[in-house]
Amino acid sequence: MLLTLTTTHRPATDLGHLLVKHPDRAHSFDVPVGTAHVFYPEAGEQRCTAALLLDVDPLRLAGARGRGRGRQQAPTPDSFTLGRYVNDRPYAASSLLSSALSKVYRSALRGESRERPELARTPIPLQVRVPVLRCRGGEDVAVRMFGPLGWAVTAAPIPLDEGHPEWGDSRYVDLTLTGTMRVADALNHLYVLLPVLDDAKHYWVAPDEVDKLLRAGEGWLAAHPERDVITRRYLAHRRALAGLALARLAERRPTDEPAAEPTVDEANGNEATGNEANGDKASVGDGGGQAAARRASLAARRREAVLGALAGAGASRVLDLGCGGGALLAALVGDRRFTEIVGTDVSTHALMLAARRLGLDRLPERQRDRIRLLQSALTYRDDRLRGYDAAVLMEVIEHVDPPRLPALEDAVLGHARPATVVVTTPNVEYNVRYEGLPAGRFRHADHRFEWTRAEFAAWVDRVCTTYGYTAAIGGVGDDDPEVGSPTQLVVLTRKENP
Amino acid sequence: MTTLDIPELALVALVGVSGSGKSTFARRHFAPSQVLSSDTFRAMVADDENDQSASADAFDALHHVAATRLRRGRLTVVDATNLQPHARAALVRVAREHDVLPVAVVLDVPEALAWERTEGRADRTFGRQVLARMQRDLRRSYKLLAREGFRKVHVLRGVEEIDAAEIRYEKLFNDRRELTGPFDIVGDVHGCRVELEALLVRLGWELRRDERGRPVDATHPSGRTAVFVGDLVDRGPDSPGVLRLVMGMVAAGHAICVPGNHEQKLLRRLRGREVRLTHGLAETMAQLAAEPDAFVAEVAGFIDGLVSHFVLDGGRLVVAHAGLKEAYQGRASGRVRSFALYGETTGETDEYGLPVRYPWAREYRGSAMVVYGHTPAAVPEWVNNTICVDTGCVFGGRLTALRYPEKELVSVPAEREWYAPVRPLAAAPARPDEVLELTDVTGRRHIEHAYGSLTVPAENAAAALEVMSRFAVDPRWLAWLPPTMAPCSTATAGGFLEHPAQAFADYRAAGVDRVVCEEKHMGSRAVVLVCREADGGPFGPGGGVVHTRTGRPFFGAPLDAELLDRVRAAVGAAGLFDELGTDWLLLDCELLPWSAKAGGLIREQYAGVGAAGRAALPAALAALEAAAGRGLPVAGLRDRTARRRDEILAYSDAYRAYVGPTDGLRGVTLAPFAVLAGAGASYADRDHGWHLALADRLCAADPEFFTPTRRQVVDLADPAAEAAATEWWLALTAAGGEGMVVKPYAGPAARSVRGSLLQPGVKCRGREYLRIIYGPGYDEPEQLAALRRRSLGRKRGLALREHGLGLAALDALAAGAPLWRRHELVFAILACESEPVDPRL
Repeated sequence: MLLTLTTTHRPATDLGHLLVKHPDRAHSFDVPVGTAHVFYPEAGEQRCTAALLLDVDPLRLAGARGRGRGRQQAPTPDSFTLGRYVNDRPYAASSLLSSALSKVYRSALRGESRERPELARTPIPLQVRVPVLRCRGGEDVAVRMFGPLGWAVTAAPIPLDEGHPEWGDSRYVDLTLTGTMRVADALNHLYVLLPVLDDAKHYWVAPDEVDKLLRAGEGWLAAHPERDVITRRYLAHRRALAGLALARLAERRPTDEPAAEPTVDEANGNEATGNEANGDKASVGDGGGQAAARRASLAARRREAVLGALAGAGASRVLDLGCGGGALLAALVGDRRFTEIVGTDVSTHALMLAARRLGLDRLPERQRDRIRLLQSALTYRDDRLRGYDAAVLMEVIEHVDPPRLPALEDAVLGHARPATVVVTTPNVEYNVRYEGLPAGRFRHADHRFEWTRAEFAAWVDRVCTTYGYTAAIGGVGDDDPEVGSPTQLVVLTRKENP
Repeated sequence: MTTLDIPELALVALVGVSGSGKSTFARRHFAPSQVLSSDTFRAMVADDENDQSASADAFDALHHVAATRLRRGRLTVVDATNLQPHARAALVRVAREHDVLPVAVVLDVPEALAWERTEGRADRTFGRQVLARMQRDLRRSYKLLAREGFRKVHVLRGVEEIDAAEIRYEKLFNDRRELTGPFDIVGDVHGCRVELEALLVRLGWELRRDERGRPVDATHPSGRTAVFVGDLVDRGPDSPGVLRLVMGMVAAGHAICVPGNHEQKLLRRLRGREVRLTHGLAETMAQLAAEPDAFVAEVAGFIDGLVSHFVLDGGRLVVAHAGLKEAYQGRASGRVRSFALYGETTGETDEYGLPVRYPWAREYRGSAMVVYGHTPAAVPEWVNNTICVDTGCVFGGRLTALRYPEKELVSVPAEREWYAPVRPLAAAPARPDEVLELTDVTGRRHIEHAYGSLTVPAENAAAALEVMSRFAVDPRWLAWLPPTMAPCSTATAGGFLEHPAQAFADYRAAGVDRVVCEEKHMGSRAVVLVCREADGGPFGPGGGVVHTRTGRPFFGAPLDAELLDRVRAAVGAAGLFDELGTDWLLLDCELLPWSAKAGGLIREQYAGVGAAGRAALPAALAALEAAAGRGLPVAGLRDRTARRRDEILAYSDAYRAYVGPTDGLRGVTLAPFAVLAGAGASYADRDHGWHLALADRLCAADPEFFTPTRRQVVDLADPAAEAAATEWWLALTAAGGEGMVVKPYAGPAARSVRGSLLQPGVKCRGREYLRIIYGPGYDEPEQLAALRRRSLGRKRGLALREHGLGLAALDALAAGAPLWRRHELVFAILACESEPVDPRL
């Protein structure tokens, strides 16, 4: 991966003094993933270019990537597990280049120059080129990141494959920055923002990263309109660290400037642990703040409606089937009516998140004893789920392939057979009310179906007949006169004791 | 000498005062693991076997261990004083809960001797009055023991008698494991003598008649044994005739018989009890009135002597009138007998006022086949290795027998409806759903099958559960999953990481003399289960399934259905359904091109890396050229960068070879290479010549949709054949091909000369293809040297474990094994896949 720095300041060869690298020599430095080379493709009085080339050794790279990303995942043999070995890291600018830069240009980053101390403090005309940069969010994001710092930005998209123009552009851009800038500032911008744009750290983010960020961001980050995104991404979405850094930044922020909302959408694919998206499995649209607020409120109203239905049925021992990250569980735990709460999910990861969200290992024993988390799959009968007052299937059935629904019905209504079952699922008719949701697309990538009100009613009718339940169908959210509520809800009541 | 008769499976309570010699007795007659001593348990929970404050906890633990042993069917001896009624009651309760007989053995020694022994032990500190109280408790116990529920009470008085005692184990009456058949198991006869005669004749039996022409015995020329599942009497026209024949066969040792609820009721009537003459008993009583008293007495004696169920053929077969769940098999108790005679009812009644029976068979997970009657149905159906052979002969249905071990049903029609049924016989009952339970697959599991055994760690099962329940097709359709495949041993020369020479050497070392090299198709694995009928196969609704190597639907509903139609038409046109005598086939295939399924993956991962490399390396090269032009010493770096640019171009060519234009099924082809199973048969034992010949016929039937598998058969003793195959591989891979798979010619189930299962195939991947696996520059000497140190052991072990499970799953499919067992095997294959192995292998 390559980064070039060009100046037209005269004499341009003073760049060598500022970088402490003689233009007429080739310099090499050993770095953890290979060798960093600094050389000058041109070094004239009018124009001088320093090139930093990081020559990655694939064997060392594979070794270095072994740690830190090892979150236990479900086996997905269909997915690309080779990514650890064959990837873009040797070619695209990333945190690896950032690390090399900080090592190779150490004193220049600090703004120190023994030979040209005055020049080091002076803004000079500079051009930076990074021929391949993975830029999450595209050109626009690059402009928003570097623009406020005084750079003129070009980020030319790189096609994915010349042989397949129908595939469009790749995630990479050819980045050129032009501006008049102190060399130290330019290097610090790059040091922080290259990994932020790439948005994938190659090493485990440790707490001392906060200090590194604040040091490199001295003088510009606190006032940057995108500081929240920069901080979060730089700290690789570790919320606790990001919160710490943002708090420390806030102390330094000029008091006359209002707090700004991030304009880069972080809602999509946010990998932060324990987030709402995980718990609610909802990801309608890409619309940013407003949609997110509407979504959150619908999720909250859904939980309220479910709690209301459970209370109405007089249930005290309840099952949350497909509990995910535990959003509903948290609400159940907060209501003392519920004396025994069992959350089940097929994903052990989701159960871990739920346990963390509920703070299970910190709860007092009496509270802890009310809650149980079990791995279970709704297409298998599970004896442990028998004998409860009520079961909730909140936004769950649409994640099951239609041919597998009878197995779920048998397991829940036939075998677990609680007196009350509350089911919620999207109302597909309402989807036209979601801006940004293309026609015919479901609200979530994992939805196997979304039903109209008639389809839902037909299903309810069938399961009631088969398993001896009566039904009360309703909805959650604004009741649109034309398309109904966004969420459909049914309370099933068992007819007699078996 | 006193002989103590003790059932083979029993809970034996030793009863005696301290110092009566219980532990010594236990040591002499039982294995240490059979004896649970209260002293030991006190020590276990409190580090002191005399700590009386620990007694409650010690007995809790002891009862738990006793219960566990009894559940597992192990004789258990409790060495404690057992002088208090509450202590003995706890033991009787544990025994009853597990349907085993409690036995008491009382050791009664003179108090003076007991005291002498107690005083001789430093750790026993209680006084003489304690011993005296124990002695009083013992006296009192004598009259209580039998009433407390002990089936046998043996009393040994005095040291001599105790020392001379011998234990003799007695088998339970239901234990007839020594009878291995073959059997003809006959369903509920209900007085239908004519049909019974017809059925026996149909089964090849020869009837023997008395002077009045009445059948009184039957023999089978090939020495078969008849088994009657009970309900011989009532409702039908000639219950005495049926009894005469069956009693004769049983007496002659040609048949065995278990009682039905109707025999039970008849016996009570014959014994003079108050019994209502309903459900056909009136007919029987009227018919018996015409018989001599001696015959009626004989009938009563016969019924009285019947045992509620039999465990036969080494434990592989259980016969009981109403069936028997696993926990009750080979056990003896009132509730076991009641279950065997009447089954379990839910307490509800159906619309005809008949009791609703608990569907125990749906939950049955036992390894023994259970054959029973009691509930008439028009067609017998296998449910979890159980079958009900009552086909309602007396109601005008049929009289049915199951031939064992052939699992073949033979039946004769009723002459007429002899008795009107309360509830009509279901004409064609819906196939009973075999439901799966979470405990069929979760937790740490040890799985034994015909090709080996393995343990699935709980965390692998947990991971597989997520994939299976969220993404896989219906388990009824998921008959098999392809095992992972190991590469051949690593090449050591010529710039290759994999080379045919190693593949041939691997198999030669295993004693294989002939292999087939099959072109490795550049697509996605697709397993196709196709039924002859578009809707109505034996696996549930639908006409087949196409799934990926992890069991997911291949494309999704409409396209998969279209693909199945295409396959169904070709299999039909090639005549394979008829030729193989099956209504369905399981095919192992590759679906081409890879981009049809993995387009997103190719674009996002492979193409992305290519785009980055193709943009970055020329830019770096230009900068280096300029620097070199200025005279800087960067020639080495420049040359290496140039080489890496060439490598990224070669890498790009490699992934581009997997991309082909498709639109729906247009552009998609299927390359079948193995025909795994059909009705009643696994074809894993057929050689690859057979498999490929059938695949070729599909290609001939629909050349547009099917892609043939190019191949070379190599005699491993022939260097020329080996060289030719190597040349073939070089040409194939030079033209952009992925490589080949080398398989033992003898077929998927091939074994080595030592008899162990062989790797079903090893892959030998092309030099260019490996760039997208190991990286664009993997073949640079330094990298290659490092990669050659790769270890294949784990991958090979995994491949063999999965292969064995797969073969067992195919056998289970062919044998019509219960769904839970088939699913357990297939699930285990998926669970194996979550084992961490290098994904590049």
